[in-house]
Amino acid sequence: MREFLLISLLLLGGLAHAASESYPLDSEAERERFNTLTSELRCPKCQNQSIADSNAPIASDMRAEVHRLVQQGESNEAIMEAMTSRFGEFVRYKPELDQRTFLLWFTPLIVVVIGVAAVALVVVRSRRASSENEPVLSETDRRKVDGWLSENASPSDNDEAQGRS
Amino acid sequence: MRRFLLFIPLLLAVALGVVLFAGIGKDTSALESALIDDPVPAFELASLEDPHKIYRADVFQDKVVLLNVWGTWCPSCRVEHSELVRLATEEGVPIYGLNYKDNRDAALEWLNNLGNPYELSLFDPQGTLGFDLGVYGAPETYIIDGEGIVRYRHVGVVDRKVWTEELEPRIRQYREES
Repeated sequence: MREFLLISLLLLGGLAHAASESYPLDSEAERERFNTLTSELRCPKCQNQSIADSNAPIASDMRAEVHRLVQQGESNEAIMEAMTSRFGEFVRYKPELDQRTFLLWFTPLIVVVIGVAAVALVVVRSRRASSENEPVLSETDRRKVDGWLSENASPSDNDEAQGRS
Repeated sequence: MRRFLLFIPLLLAVALGVVLFAGIGKDTSALESALIDDPVPAFELASLEDPHKIYRADVFQDKVVLLNVWGTWCPSCRVEHSELVRLATEEGVPIYGLNYKDNRDAALEWLNNLGNPYELSLFDPQGTLGFDLGVYGAPETYIIDGEGIVRYRHVGVVDRKVWTEELEPRIRQYREES
């Protein structure tokens, strides 16, 4: 068991290490930019990993290219453009907002709006229904009804009624 | 009206079913190339056979060709190789090879042993043209028309089915157009 754990730890360490080839950059800002960009680019080969965590050779090539472009002082947009012009919009974890991606961005909002509208509709309807029901009996009618109800509800009356039938 | 509202969940479930069913059997790992309808990126690569002979993008200027990206390190490339040889010899399809991130000697030995289906072979040890083409694994096979425009990409092995259903009809179409 202990050997197994040890081996798994070593393997995990190896995996974590494989992706961290060294990409030296001069400033903290550039390092930060490199980290953000590589975590926002999706690996086209493995698809569920960013190029920052993927061990695929293509991810390594892409990291190297991002590194080169960051070093050259290219803007984030230019670097994203360089990647999407080769690998397609697919590699963006955050696709740009345009006609094709409109639904992707706004479906959650649309669904929430529809849900809120549905709840509002139900609430308004039930309020209206209950407020319309209120004045069915006038004050005097209600007193009469209350009178009858309390007469009928007295236990002695009930007993008599049952005894007779 | 009320009755109709009761059917909404059913309709939503059916719609979801249709969407999910449409995805069954689709190969989600095959991406469309970002270069479709764009020219082959500029490059300058040596011939695989002759390090002194340099090819540039103008090699794609005269006819519709298949550009096959391969490497000796790629097991699926071995699987499709016999089909490529058949296409070149029996069907007379012009195929250009892009030897991708490979070792020259190993690649030449492979072609010696398994047959050489390529009219010309580009040697891309660093994968630079591969990167510009958006190659994300091998094998990949592109259709490039007579003007050097990328028209189609097939990711994965080319076999008889891929040839007859995907590649051949398109090649015929671009030949007629040019």
